[in-house]
Amino acid sequence: MTTSPALEPGTPADATPSGGEAQQQSGGGLTLQIFRVFIENRLAVVGLAIIVFAILFCWIGPLIYHTNQTDSQQAFLHSVANARPSGSHLLGTDPTGFDILGRIMYGGQISLEVGFAAAGIATLLGVLVGAVSGFFGGLVDTILMRFVDVLLSVPILYLLIVLAVIFSPSVEILILVIGLTAWLVPARLVRGETLSLRVREYVQAVRVMGGGGSRIVLRHIIPNTIGTIIVNATFQVADAILLLAALGFIGLGVPSPQTDWGTMLFNGTSYALDGYWWEIYPTGVAIVLVVVAFNFVGDALRDAFEVRLQRR
Amino acid sequence: MTGYLIRRFAQAIVVVLGVVLLTFLLSKLIPGGYARAALGQRASQAALANFNHVHQYDRSIFRQFWNYIWGIAHGNLGFSFRNNQTVLSLIEIKLPKTLVLVGLSTVFALVVAVPLGILQVVRRNKPIDYVLTGVSFIGYSMPAFLLGEFLILWFAIDLKWFEISPTGTTTWQILADPRGWILPVFSLSAITIAGFSRYMRSSMMETLTEDYIRTARAKGAGPARVLFRHALRNALIPIITLLGLTLPAIVGGAIITETVFNYPGMGLLTTQAATSNDVPLLIGTTFVAAIATVLGNLIADLLYAVVDPRVRYS
Repeated sequence: MTTSPALEPGTPADATPSGGEAQQQSGGGLTLQIFRVFIENRLAVVGLAIIVFAILFCWIGPLIYHTNQTDSQQAFLHSVANARPSGSHLLGTDPTGFDILGRIMYGGQISLEVGFAAAGIATLLGVLVGAVSGFFGGLVDTILMRFVDVLLSVPILYLLIVLAVIFSPSVEILILVIGLTAWLVPARLVRGETLSLRVREYVQAVRVMGGGGSRIVLRHIIPNTIGTIIVNATFQVADAILLLAALGFIGLGVPSPQTDWGTMLFNGTSYALDGYWWEIYPTGVAIVLVVVAFNFVGDALRDAFEVRLQRR
Repeated sequence: MTGYLIRRFAQAIVVVLGVVLLTFLLSKLIPGGYARAALGQRASQAALANFNHVHQYDRSIFRQFWNYIWGIAHGNLGFSFRNNQTVLSLIEIKLPKTLVLVGLSTVFALVVAVPLGILQVVRRNKPIDYVLTGVSFIGYSMPAFLLGEFLILWFAIDLKWFEISPTGTTTWQILADPRGWILPVFSLSAITIAGFSRYMRSSMMETLTEDYIRTARAKGAGPARVLFRHALRNALIPIITLLGLTLPAIVGGAIITETVFNYPGMGLLTTQAATSNDVPLLIGTTFVAAIATVLGNLIADLLYAVVDPRVRYS
């Protein structure tokens, strides 16, 4: 595994005959092979379908199913609060009088936005810190990794709560706070890979040709850890959605009249205990489905990228 | 062994110092500092300056950090102005209850997850393996509070088997009535059961490919003997590390569980502090939770060294 460096798509790795099922169609680059293994995994396809559906549901849905989701006064005056599901409100209404189906779309936009954006920040930061730490080693590495150790030993939810209270939650703050606390795991993963990549022949070659540190890290090391990065980023989205939900449940979600899935559950729970099931079950199902979907996709991506490792 | 111990303790001390620095920096983020937190939004500049002078918050940042460390060394974790009580006195009575909750659910998670993982190995790629894998996927994709709410709805309100929240006030009273703590314990362990059993499954699979397993089979050990005498004991070792690594998640998860079930521990204290904007108390609970996690991790690593001689001698 350590003998040959990672190859560009379409270079000799494919030429070596190996007996995988994905090998049946001849030709095809590495990317295509990864794609094939991924698509053969039925759970992954289901997961991907759920994610696509959730995005369409949250952003295209409101164009078809018109509801008032921003004016709480109007909702309070013109509809019945906590109404059962009926023809006019397919999933009933919440304690303020907002239509719940519409609210799941509207809250879903924010939950998904925060999930993607926070995962993006965490991944970017984690990759940079990990690559720099692993590549330069020495004192830089020691300091950065001790810092990661310290943060990893603090239960993340405590840190999130303190930060959310100090900066008072809004969509942007929540994205930043979750992103800035979630980069530790990708940093460790990328550092580990960098440690093994920096002694490879092709990195030596770049060095001999006069490539500087930042060029090696950005152009040669990070692109070769892309598999690890993508797999972890997928799980990061799932985790960020759950963390946002947890904050929402403590009352530190986005401020009203905006909402996210966690805040919706927070508002609905006390009523659900009185038998108003529609206040938590639909939203709960939405969260679980979307998070399961991201976990399915992440698992399948991991298997797909392992194909690359096996082919080396 | 001694070398390992010294290195491990030194590492723990570095992390503890890091946690102290981190919580100190967090306290510097409070808008207006402790003076505003103590005196309120309408305090005059003179009053704020006086407060800062009396409590030495007008000294250099290094001096303030030294004061902070000195205070912590003497058991001063800060003052909760909302409760008009020291942070230590508030946490003191809550911490044992959280330790009970975390301890019980960790034990419960292990007791359930280890056999589940073994079952999945024995029946691998059979329907039961797929079903359990599916359930564990849902298990760790489910927000902890949602599961807690469902448990309350089904088992406390509909079936009336258990209480919604613990009955007693002291730690012993709470422990004495299992009907009050079964649901929170189960709810908190559910997330870890999913992860543990999956890990147990893969750890066991990996152990089964080792040379010594082949040797055991070659000498004629039966499947059950190989599984339990040779594989299980070695497969359990990495679980100890996993336990240490999951501890932050369990301690953090306790915040949610305690809030859902109104369980009077440090997690509920934290949520209440969050709702009442009590930042000094929040920083105090964060500090204690982090230190507890570091200690838990240290214990896990020491156990690891006791159980696995390979760690001691490397």
